[in-house]
Amino acid sequence: MIYSARHAIGKPVRGQTLVAHDGFSARYDLDRIKGVFSRATHKLAGQSYAGRILVLDTAKGGVASAWMLHEMATRGLVPLALVLNSVNPILVQGAAFGNVTMLVGFDGDITAQVPHGATVELDPAARTLRVL
Amino acid sequence: MKLNDLERSMLAGEHGAAAKRALEHQIKVGEFFGAADFVPVTQAHVMADTESLGEPGVAWLESLGRENGRVRVPTITDPRGTDFAKTSVLRHPLRIVDLERRAIEAFQKLGVLMTDTCINYQTIQAPARGESVAFGDTGVVIYANSVCGARSNYEGGPSAVAAGLTGRTPRYGFHLEEHRRATLRVRTDFMPKSLNEWGALGGLVGRLAGNYWAVPYLEGLDAVPGSDELKHFGAAMASFGSIAMYHLAGVTPEAAAPALPVAHRIGQGDVAALQAAYAPQGEIDVVVFSAPQLSLYELRELAAMCDGRRFTKPLLAVTSPQIKPDADRFGLTKRIEDAGGHVLAGMCFYQSYAREIAEANGWKRLATNSAKLVNILGGYGYVPLLASMEHCVDAAEKGRL
Repeated sequence: MIYSARHAIGKPVRGQTLVAHDGFSARYDLDRIKGVFSRATHKLAGQSYAGRILVLDTAKGGVASAWMLHEMATRGLVPLALVLNSVNPILVQGAAFGNVTMLVGFDGDITAQVPHGATVELDPAARTLRVL
Repeated sequence: MKLNDLERSMLAGEHGAAAKRALEHQIKVGEFFGAADFVPVTQAHVMADTESLGEPGVAWLESLGRENGRVRVPTITDPRGTDFAKTSVLRHPLRIVDLERRAIEAFQKLGVLMTDTCINYQTIQAPARGESVAFGDTGVVIYANSVCGARSNYEGGPSAVAAGLTGRTPRYGFHLEEHRRATLRVRTDFMPKSLNEWGALGGLVGRLAGNYWAVPYLEGLDAVPGSDELKHFGAAMASFGSIAMYHLAGVTPEAAAPALPVAHRIGQGDVAALQAAYAPQGEIDVVVFSAPQLSLYELRELAAMCDGRRFTKPLLAVTSPQIKPDADRFGLTKRIEDAGGHVLAGMCFYQSYAREIAEANGWKRLATNSAKLVNILGGYGYVPLLASMEHCVDAAEKGRL
């Protein structure tokens, strides 16, 4: 199955998904030292995000993620890619600065279409997500 | 993106490597959003606490300095990660203090003014209607768009630095007329009386509106709020919903009700429920007034509540470096600190290594009147309690809310 995004940035990647209909903010939701979702109310609470392709609903909260994705990338504790229904400029700026692949905006709710734990391929140039 | 002569010369490296890198970053972001061109900005505001930057972010700033980068427009900073005069209160280790000093030196080399404030619209210079700016704090952006009628997107640290270096930003989002119109109507019959209630109302609107591109039009308020009320209202809305602009009749210069039915209604019960969703009572470890930094009037109110008390729990009141000297001069700092509190400046609690502060001080249950702060701190392992300033001061004295 192939899904087309309206916006994309970054390099092609292949990896395993972590899917939830919830938001994403590096400051609000993550323990960046341990590399896990730390907000108790987050649907991925306790799960490791490092090297995973996060498929989530939207960007939440503040501006810190723009720096934090870059800092997380230098330590190797960063999501492999972000796939979102909608996004704020902060995550885009952070993805551009931290060289994190991102696809945004699909027909329908992408968190309801991509299976949790699936292996997927993202091609930002073609703006596609392919479930393998 | 369409570039003018100046932008083409920047991209060609004729204005230095730093400006070239900054413009390249801005083009990546602009192309993602389909920006047609750039818009000149009059000022930039950079969120850059070192908890967010980490050492790699500081090294990046230093690299811009080595390339002789220099800001082209007035560029100021959001709060730092510590108050150098109060590191012993916060128990910030030397590595944090040293990294902050490195960041400051790097910013100053670029010509950035270290204002260290998230209330620059109250303390430095509020932008005018129609003025395009590149602001880097969600509370600042929503105030600038919604109260001042200025134009800004959320500019994360690297992008705000880039805007300072190039004097421009990609023209997308809230720089465009079509994104500034209200997209949903929210009605309330609840008139907040305290700052925590203004924050809770803002948080509810933000949660209902739900994403950056939504612009809620709020109706039903029967009085015009002041600057501090709007500060807490907007900061919480931005925090809960990632909202960058709202319309409030009588306040927002561009306020116009959309031709849509009311999508949501908010009553007193909803506000109470949001506050109750956080730990509503019980023992506390610390009281924090921050996020956003306190105005002179908030400190005046707090000082009056502190008179004659003796706190059994730490109470931190955080303000800007511009307000602090006046608070000292007017005796407000002394009245708060005589009761056992601490007045800190130039930082903001959640931007100051909140997790490390909690571990070093044994703080978990935190009482505050900031809806924004309670929304953020859950991820840092705190159990936050949201209450009025008066009840928080009581809690600092009695040890429980």
